[in-house]
Amino acid sequence: MSTVPSTMAADISARRVPGLGGFNFTALKLEIRRLTRNRRTVIISIVVPVVFFLLFGLNKAYAGQSAGPGAHGNVSAFVMISLALYGAVLSTTFCGAMVSIERAQGWSRQLRLTPLSPVAYIIIKIMTALVLGFCSVCAVYIAGIVTHKPSMSVGLWIGTGFSVWIGSLLFAAFGLFLGYLLPAENVMQLLGLILALLSFAGGLFIPVSQYAHVVQEIAKWTPLYGLNQLVHTPLLGTGVDWTWVVNVAAWLILFAGGAVWRMRKDTARV
Amino acid sequence: MLHAPGIMVPMTVTNTDPRASSANGSPLAVQLTGVSKNFGHVRAVTNVSLQIASGEIVAILGPNGAGKTSTIDIILGLSEPSSGQVSVLGLQPRQAISRGLISAVMQTGGLLKDLTVRETVEYMGSLYARSQPVSEVLSGAGITEIADRRVGKCSGGEQQRLRFALALLSDPELLILDEPTTGMDVEGRRNFWAAIRKDAEQGRTVLFATHYLEEADAYADRIVLLRHGSVVADGTAAEIKAMAAGRTVRATLAEASEAVLRTIPGAESVEVRGETVLVHSNDSDAVARYLLTQTAAKDLEITARGIEDAFLALTGDDTVASTGAI
Repeated sequence: MSTVPSTMAADISARRVPGLGGFNFTALKLEIRRLTRNRRTVIISIVVPVVFFLLFGLNKAYAGQSAGPGAHGNVSAFVMISLALYGAVLSTTFCGAMVSIERAQGWSRQLRLTPLSPVAYIIIKIMTALVLGFCSVCAVYIAGIVTHKPSMSVGLWIGTGFSVWIGSLLFAAFGLFLGYLLPAENVMQLLGLILALLSFAGGLFIPVSQYAHVVQEIAKWTPLYGLNQLVHTPLLGTGVDWTWVVNVAAWLILFAGGAVWRMRKDTARV
Repeated sequence: MLHAPGIMVPMTVTNTDPRASSANGSPLAVQLTGVSKNFGHVRAVTNVSLQIASGEIVAILGPNGAGKTSTIDIILGLSEPSSGQVSVLGLQPRQAISRGLISAVMQTGGLLKDLTVRETVEYMGSLYARSQPVSEVLSGAGITEIADRRVGKCSGGEQQRLRFALALLSDPELLILDEPTTGMDVEGRRNFWAAIRKDAEQGRTVLFATHYLEEADAYADRIVLLRHGSVVADGTAAEIKAMAAGRTVRATLAEASEAVLRTIPGAESVEVRGETVLVHSNDSDAVARYLLTQTAAKDLEITARGIEDAFLALTGDDTVASTGAI
């Protein structure tokens, strides 16, 4: 046994716990850099919504047609908001679900052996998701500006874009939950499929009012429905239906609660 | 220090304060008091009490499933003991971790393939209140020249050096290594241990789990032997060898009966393989005398046990040794 350094007791009391649970911008910067290396995710989350907008949002009739009675913009703007939401949701879900890969590689376990608190880690993940979500919303809105088809006031461009971006937080929680729940293999493909279904059900691709009555009733319970309604409200000039808010709040509690629940159980070795 | 079940001397656990101190006043690096861990009906760890002083290099040795990993997970705060107390440097494991006092090097995983080596060190370093400079850590672990390589493109040995570098980032008081050299070649293993020993000279406490006997024998000041989740021996390598001392008497004997051979005074365990009989005993002379005088045994051979045999004797399922007749 080697000798005990006399300074050790002092050393221990001099040790500090990092502030903010270990949250810091170096880690955030590196997470964002990792994201840029994941080309497939970036392409799907940014390019696909833009392509959809170019395909479905530029119909000549849409540019001249109001988005609804009393609306403050045209149909093209309506479609642009829907597809920006689709892109933002893809981005935040994928970023959240990347924890699945991190778990598979044992990284999340390694992080538990550092001062980083789970809450700080989740905040880093959510901020990373918001960065990609922001890029995705901007890409669709820039496509809108460049093509000159969507028409609404500057305030609405900013307001709806911001609502879509912040609203996509719901799906960062969704991605985290599924990332902790599902194994890494094929989680991304599975999520792509789930999101496409939820987008149809939420009325992002086709207005829910065009579905059969039964489908409409079911669609109202799905997690993208309330959010999609809410982000279009400023454009349509209609009031906010409280059921939309309840929809978003209920799903947020479910996803965030699920993510916390799974995360607490997650100490598995690889 | 030395004890075995049956003759187990309870370690001095008079101090039940979690901030228990060793004699010189500084807190123990690790203190487990009556720790058990159950997974459903499976008892992974049973009533383990262990005290490790600062600066010791201790090996937890045992076969797979002996409870090494469960014990380490409890010390690291990754799992809560079902009963008993654990303290690391006088703190709860999680408190010690958040102060950068404990680090661990795992056998596999724990690295992101899409980060470079340098980025991995930067990332981990950013999480501590204070950490060693990245460039120093890289050069200390001998990975400066691969700093810009993606982790996914590094060899197993390079990844292990990176893990070691990460573990030293916070200048921990306690370094825990879980089967650290699995999959390394002989030279890699030797270099790895040379680095650990050099590091431990500065007073760092090192606790490592292994199922390589030679590794525990060569590099630990003290070996804690686990079997079925319990400590079956705790002492220096020499003491462990002495515990399972004794010799094996081998002879040729036709129609040998195991039951009869077991009655030989001093016989610890008996094996009959066709015409060959093997009798392990602390008193090989008595066994040899018996075999030569009372039976038709011939071609006697008496061999001493190595640490390998000691290990098997202490951790095996079917030996008298494990029930405390050492």
